[in-house]
Amino acid sequence: MIEVKNLTYRIGKKDLLKDLSFESTPGELLAILGANGAGKSTLLKLLSKEISPTSGSIKFYGKSLHLYKLPELAKQRAVLSQQNTISISFLVSELVMMGRYPHFDQHPTPADIEIVRSVMVETGIEDLSQRDYNTLSGGEQQRVQLARVLAQIYDCKNACLFLDEPTNGLDLLYQQQIMELARRLANRGYCVICILHDINFASRFADRILMLKNGEKVAVGPPNEVINKENIYTTFRINITLMPCEGYNCPLVVPAAIQI
Amino acid sequence: MTLSSCIGAVEISVFELRSILANRIGISDAVNFKPQQAAVLLNIRFPRVVLGVLIGAGLGISGAAIQGLFRNPLAEPGLIGISSGATLFAVLMIVMEVSLFKMLTGAIGFYALSLAAFTGACITTIIVYKLSMRNGKTEISTLLLSGIAINALAGAFTGLLTYMATDEQLRTITFWSLGSLGGASWETVTGILPFIIIPVVGLPFLAKPLNAMALGDSQALHMGIDILLVKRVVIVLATIAVGSSVAVTGMIGFIGLIIPHLIRMTFTSDHRLVIPASAILGAALLTLADLLARTIVAPAELPIGILTAMVGTPVFIYIIISERNKNKL
Repeated sequence: MIEVKNLTYRIGKKDLLKDLSFESTPGELLAILGANGAGKSTLLKLLSKEISPTSGSIKFYGKSLHLYKLPELAKQRAVLSQQNTISISFLVSELVMMGRYPHFDQHPTPADIEIVRSVMVETGIEDLSQRDYNTLSGGEQQRVQLARVLAQIYDCKNACLFLDEPTNGLDLLYQQQIMELARRLANRGYCVICILHDINFASRFADRILMLKNGEKVAVGPPNEVINKENIYTTFRINITLMPCEGYNCPLVVPAAIQI
Repeated sequence: MTLSSCIGAVEISVFELRSILANRIGISDAVNFKPQQAAVLLNIRFPRVVLGVLIGAGLGISGAAIQGLFRNPLAEPGLIGISSGATLFAVLMIVMEVSLFKMLTGAIGFYALSLAAFTGACITTIIVYKLSMRNGKTEISTLLLSGIAINALAGAFTGLLTYMATDEQLRTITFWSLGSLGGASWETVTGILPFIIIPVVGLPFLAKPLNAMALGDSQALHMGIDILLVKRVVIVLATIAVGSSVAVTGMIGFIGLIIPHLIRMTFTSDHRLVIPASAILGAALLTLADLLARTIVAPAELPIGILTAMVGTPVFIYIIISERNKNKL
């Protein structure tokens, strides 16, 4: 459960986020859409307490975010960032175990080891466990990182998961797998907030979509309410055609040619 | 260690070693050794071995920690300018002997030189760190270039100070900067002991945060780690060890680079193993290197810095090549 009220984040004289309010409930996958520089990543940084808001409030299960201590927060919210390159080689299993770091002191308990095993099965990387992370393909690396992040909150009931463009740079199959996993996690009762670029992915997997433009909210709501020509033109400055598609509860978005 | 204690210009057999020890502790009254052997063992060789163990452990562990901090397996105190920063400040201390050094020496005695070297090491680490960090990642080229710059600058100032130094100071500087365990005495050992013990005990506690930080600053933050605190503590502890080592033995390169790398190659990159194991292996290897350094051209002695560089450089090149090949995959 996350409640954001009148959130503003300012650097110098520029408002990166302006008067933003929304909430996210457990069991829901909230997708954030917006053009480059719309403030999506800033929002995610604010939500994960990497930076502090200029004004406004973020409440995390009823308690103000700034009252949380970092180790406490780490036990119930995990973040998958965009940049995940590492220069020191770790084994996949070691890396996933790092997700359990907030939970044990020096040595993992049998429960931690069991959780690591389960998330590796769940993300389909159990065969990679003894491989060096740096020798994996982009898609495999992303799944390893997701497994690590998942391990961090696996045994927490009221957990939040923030994903920053999790499908970035992945091929169609991996994109699909990652989004289906995110969906399953939401169904399990997690609060999942996910920055996406693909509108069709967002409307297919998300319960609600938040659209941002220059740090301000354009719309928030279920896909078939907010995915329309006007909102998408405001958000992305592009004309679209909506095409109904069998098996989808929301029409597909096809961009029109840009008139130069 | 036993080997190191026995071999040297004055031969002592293992039997005699045991006999000397037994006699000293008071277990046995039998004197199966020459008084000269006992003197050499207790006053020259033991302190030297102990010093080797301490310096090796200090260099190994700080190398491991610094590589973790910079998230880069090529970071090494000597290479990125930390040792030369320490050298500069230590030489500064020796040359400014007249005013400040005397006063400080009066106040804290033998620790003064260590403290000066530590200050220098600390300053250079922070400069190099600030220069080479971008978006929470070290850029290896910037890191090495700033290392070169700092080495050159510190070298120039050290040269200037050497030029200004009096004959007597010059002797002290030269003797000291050769990089040798030859000056070992119980006094140096006790002088350096706290500066090694604190990092060796403290750094393993930072292994977990360092592992997490290998993923990136924000990733570590998301795991609930106070990265600013960890960074500060690592810098202070690692530079204490490097600084005091440099102060006592001059620059001994490559130990801090090779040891952690060897462990990573054979076992794992998990800092929970790498950090303590680096201390142990560093101690063992430096003692061995010192044994070689003082026997290979006996009765003369090779500065140990030369030896570690001779062995270390090829290994360093090997690391570069293997990193390059790995990145090709």
